Amino acid sequence: MHELGITRNIVSIVAERAAGRQVTKVVVEIGKLSAIMPDAVAFCFDVCAKGTPLEGATLEIVEVMADATCRDCGEQFHLATLLEPCPKCGSKSLDRKGGDDLIIKQFEFLEETNEDAIEQTREAS
Amino acid sequence: MCGVCGCSSGTVTVTKMDIGLENKEQGGDSHTYSHDDHHRDHSHHHSHDHEHGHSHHHHDHDHEHGHDHGPGHSHTHMHRASESVELEAAILGKNDKLAAENRGWLKAKNILALNLVSSPGSGKTTLLERTLTDLKDKIPMAVIEGDQETLNDAERIRATGTACVQVNTGTGCHLEADMVQKGMEQLDPQENSLLLIENVGNLVCPALFDLGERAKVAILSVTEGADKPAKYPHMIAASDILVINKIDLLPYVTFDVDAAIQAARDINPDIKVFQVSATSGEGLDVWYDWLLAEIGVSGTTQAAE
Repeated sequence: MHELGITRNIVSIVAERAAGRQVTKVVVEIGKLSAIMPDAVAFCFDVCAKGTPLEGATLEIVEVMADATCRDCGEQFHLATLLEPCPKCGSKSLDRKGGDDLIIKQFEFLEETNEDAIEQTREAS
Repeated sequence: MCGVCGCSSGTVTVTKMDIGLENKEQGGDSHTYSHDDHHRDHSHHHSHDHEHGHSHHHHDHDHEHGHDHGPGHSHTHMHRASESVELEAAILGKNDKLAAENRGWLKAKNILALNLVSSPGSGKTTLLERTLTDLKDKIPMAVIEGDQETLNDAERIRATGTACVQVNTGTGCHLEADMVQKGMEQLDPQENSLLLIENVGNLVCPALFDLGERAKVAILSVTEGADKPAKYPHMIAASDILVINKIDLLPYVTFDVDAAIQAARDINPDIKVFQVSATSGEGLDVWYDWLLAEIGVSGTTQAAE
């Protein structure tokens, strides 16, 4: 529901770091418990990227599970939703950790160099 | 469409409840998308947006080699190398930073800030009015009211004699930390006081935005479904307190209080529950005692019947 604002943040943070260079790929991590729908972010991405250094860039979304520990039986497991019970004893009394992060992990950009300038440098040396 | 957070942007997954394996395909495959793939393969998710679903297709990446030159023309060849930058940037980092500033400022002044979240119509404003009236002589209080439009709630708060700022979010469906910071600058709440922040009536987006509050208080009224905690688990997970309101109406509705509390504790085992009626006053003394104890003001209150 709030993915447009989230995506705008992604675009503005990366655009600032890219400092005018053309971005070709952005990798973001979206926790399964973050209340963010990855496909909605993907849907918003090219709209938000239009007219920015991210226009045309590929968005890669990595989804991350939460870690959980059952308070009743101590079982440790991974969670993808807030409604899942302990797979061992069925208890819903759980301590959850992580899985709610929204992080830009990495971006790729094109570094432009002038080949004529390189050749001139070669000739000169 | 909401300009701040994209509410009602038409991103809806429809899951048919019939038992049938083919339904599992819908919306479940959200691991990794490129945006172009997304537009090709997932247009069924955007049934409201057919006319522009394909209007922003991307061009090839070889922008600079498409030109012809006559003989004798000199031109510059651009060589492009792909570079990668590792970044661990929190997407909501800007909001989180402002929220941390708010939290520090509030803590230094021992102000208990509560972020009240619920569906529209759960009785947030009525609970506020009653609390402000009943605790008027016990502690200083201030209110930040969030709504998309109108000053109606702020007028109701003002009628109780409490300092209040109304934040109209326009199309936005939640308060953010900068709005609360601006509200606090205008209110300038005093030390050892209570700051009640009434968020926009919405059980979804406010879960994501830290305002710098000490706790989120989710309010659920008995005229709603007892399964609401399970339907909106993110808000329950983000809240420390659940207030079940309008309990004076329990004889007339089918709401199962125990089932609602269990549904909330299935998601958040530590959630603290208050059962109140902001109109009859039932249960409010327990709520008031908790508020006063959190600020460090002693003395049991007597809620007016």
